Amino acid sequence: MMTRREGPAKVTGAARYSADMRLPGTLYARILRSPHPHARIAGIDASRAAALPGVRAVLSSANSPAIGWHESSRLFDSTLRYIGDEVAAIAADTPELAEDAARLIEVRYEPLAFDLDGERRKPKLEQRGDIARGLREADVVLEAEYRTQTALHNALEPHGCTALWQGDRLTVYESTQGIFAVRNEVAEKLGLAAEHVRLITEHMGGGFGAKQIAWKHTVIAALLAQRTGRPVQLMLERTAENLASGNRNATRQKLRLAAKRDGTLTAIDVRIDLEQGAYSVGGEDSDVIGTYLTLYRCANVRAEQTALATHLGPAVAFRAPGYAEGNFALESAIDELAERLDMDAIDLRLRNYTTADQREGKSFTSPESLRRCIARTAQAIEWQRKRPGLGFAAHDWAAGGGWPPAQARVEFRSGKARVIVGVQDIGTGSRTALAQIAAEALAIPCDAVEVELGDTAPGLYGPTSAGSATLATLGPAIHEAARAAKAEGSAVAERRDNPKDRSIRTCGAQAVELSVERDTGEVIVKRVVAAHDSGRIVNPLLHASQVIGGITQALGYALSEERIVDARLGEVLNANLEEYKIPTLADIPEIINVSESMPDTEANPTGAKGCGEPPIIPTAAAIANAIHSATGLRIRELPITRDKLINGVR
Amino acid sequence: MVRLRVNGEQREIEIEPRRTLLAALRLDLGLTGAKEACDMGNCGACTVHLDGEAVYSCLVLAVDCAGRSVTTIEGLAAGGKLHRLQEAFIAADAFQCGFCTPGQLMALAALFDRVPQPSDAQIMRALSGNLCRCGAYQHIVQAARAARDR
Repeated sequence: MMTRREGPAKVTGAARYSADMRLPGTLYARILRSPHPHARIAGIDASRAAALPGVRAVLSSANSPAIGWHESSRLFDSTLRYIGDEVAAIAADTPELAEDAARLIEVRYEPLAFDLDGERRKPKLEQRGDIARGLREADVVLEAEYRTQTALHNALEPHGCTALWQGDRLTVYESTQGIFAVRNEVAEKLGLAAEHVRLITEHMGGGFGAKQIAWKHTVIAALLAQRTGRPVQLMLERTAENLASGNRNATRQKLRLAAKRDGTLTAIDVRIDLEQGAYSVGGEDSDVIGTYLTLYRCANVRAEQTALATHLGPAVAFRAPGYAEGNFALESAIDELAERLDMDAIDLRLRNYTTADQREGKSFTSPESLRRCIARTAQAIEWQRKRPGLGFAAHDWAAGGGWPPAQARVEFRSGKARVIVGVQDIGTGSRTALAQIAAEALAIPCDAVEVELGDTAPGLYGPTSAGSATLATLGPAIHEAARAAKAEGSAVAERRDNPKDRSIRTCGAQAVELSVERDTGEVIVKRVVAAHDSGRIVNPLLHASQVIGGITQALGYALSEERIVDARLGEVLNANLEEYKIPTLADIPEIINVSESMPDTEANPTGAKGCGEPPIIPTAAAIANAIHSATGLRIRELPITRDKLINGVR
Repeated sequence: MVRLRVNGEQREIEIEPRRTLLAALRLDLGLTGAKEACDMGNCGACTVHLDGEAVYSCLVLAVDCAGRSVTTIEGLAAGGKLHRLQEAFIAADAFQCGFCTPGQLMALAALFDRVPQPSDAQIMRALSGNLCRCGAYQHIVQAARAARDR
């Protein structure tokens, strides 16, 4: 099996991440953050901090340029809207000194009333058909309310960067999923030409959606570096990472599913509230209604979602934003409906199978792939051998087909190739898979292909690593450039548009087998089986890592992860890796990936689609359904912790 | 002035008493393999060996390492040849982003130094203090078993 090419660098400590840059004269920065959920700054006195030997610059609303930021706020705003909002920043000779200085900044806060319930923003509504008719036609109507929690990304590498100026040009070594997105936004905020800002991401320690936009720390580091004339390294501490760099929004989903006796869905009606936090930061637009509109064939659908603005940290995309949340509710409810109809849960899903994207009114490029995933999963878990503790869920995902535009350059000389692209490898193994695509097109061994990525300097645009897009976006462009380079020695190709008349999706199914301890309410997951449509699987080993990794994260989402907020104080109580419970090794069951390669050449000439997000989507519902099978308890709220089970089980 | 042995070499550093071993390795000694992820002993990304024992270097003060021997991920491949665990990690794809990998490897390497043929339970225990957010645990355990069984 082909292993990832950065493997040797990653196992020896040689792989360089943003905080591993060691530039001469580097200063270390810290951000002072709001201790109040809502307050006005009445005054800031940074004189004691600035006078500390070794402190080189202090920035705050008192002395920084009025750079516009989220909505109508400022980089350093005089109104603070959540605990963790940026108040001031320090650059000092050492990280310890920067921390000392942060404590010496005297801020007079005028606390204001805060709101954690949320102010309703403008709803987003999509509908088709006639809900009233669908309800009239039904024999059974299921009504239920589901809730999902706020989850925190907690990539092990925090957000951060090292920034340095050379004349009027800025270089930033950033931990980001979008070198071009960040370059453009940083340039705009600083009033620079985009070409005067260079973003470099050689390796990055996970993002999961939270690193797909430009956050304030990058501009703050750039300003501190400008003011001091020295490189500045600004890495967020874990607390800040948990408070101020995004989260998966909590949801409340009130739904009605209506069906005929034979299982045919006649109406889907859902109203969703999602907690957005203090600011709309861009990139947080999680489409919770999406899966309600597309997963099953149904003529009458009404789906509405409303964001609630609160005085808490802002939400941002988290791996399959909206779909992980929506799928938990919809796929749990489908099981509830199957029980009411006395139907097999998989039969009910197949009864309402759709081969078309009903939102777009187009057929899918891979209309049968979900059926194949369902069949493989059912077979692998031995679904027909009914036993307590089995649960199933299917899913779809609107992305994975790639996001043009993008460019790729391929140079080919004496049997060796060099591929240059403007994307970043966020840990998925893009370097390896993209090399494989080039090697195939040139009919040369993969070892003869060099891949350069993670740098905006060559000026070859690449999309943000989001929407499971990298391989499906760059693969076809590399394929085309490689073919041209074979004849011409060197070529740049532009990613062509996706087909206009068809809809590309990814999808899949998972099944879970578990038991629940009677005395403790502990859920013991024995195995998770997964089959996902990622089109052609270019590298089976890396694909397996994505599937297993996504499910591992999903186990946390389903069973243990939850941001806890003290409602009286507006304060997050578990902004650390001690009390925010991401899965550990001991929490992991056997995860069996039975995905098969299903080339989707209607989607693009390489036949490959994305696999980053899909595996996290259906696990929570499959677990909830398995818990119901094991105990008879229907838990409609994530995470499914012991306290929710123990009373019912005993 | 603190004298300590790092990856077999005698080193001298001038540091404040409050500097952690992790910060000293990264900032004073230029060894950036050990990672700062939580800085409070929750995640294990900073794991190194102190006199052969796996420790969270963010919880150890550098001054307390005077006269002691530290091995970091940079010192794991002896004479440029990868440790069997490093080879097994590559073969099993036991990482994605790779940020926790140095810590996972050092936690396991301390076990393998002590017990060349560890049981599954010993492997699980050795890794229990190391988080991986990409979810590579299954492949990490596969890699550890493969290294043991080689």
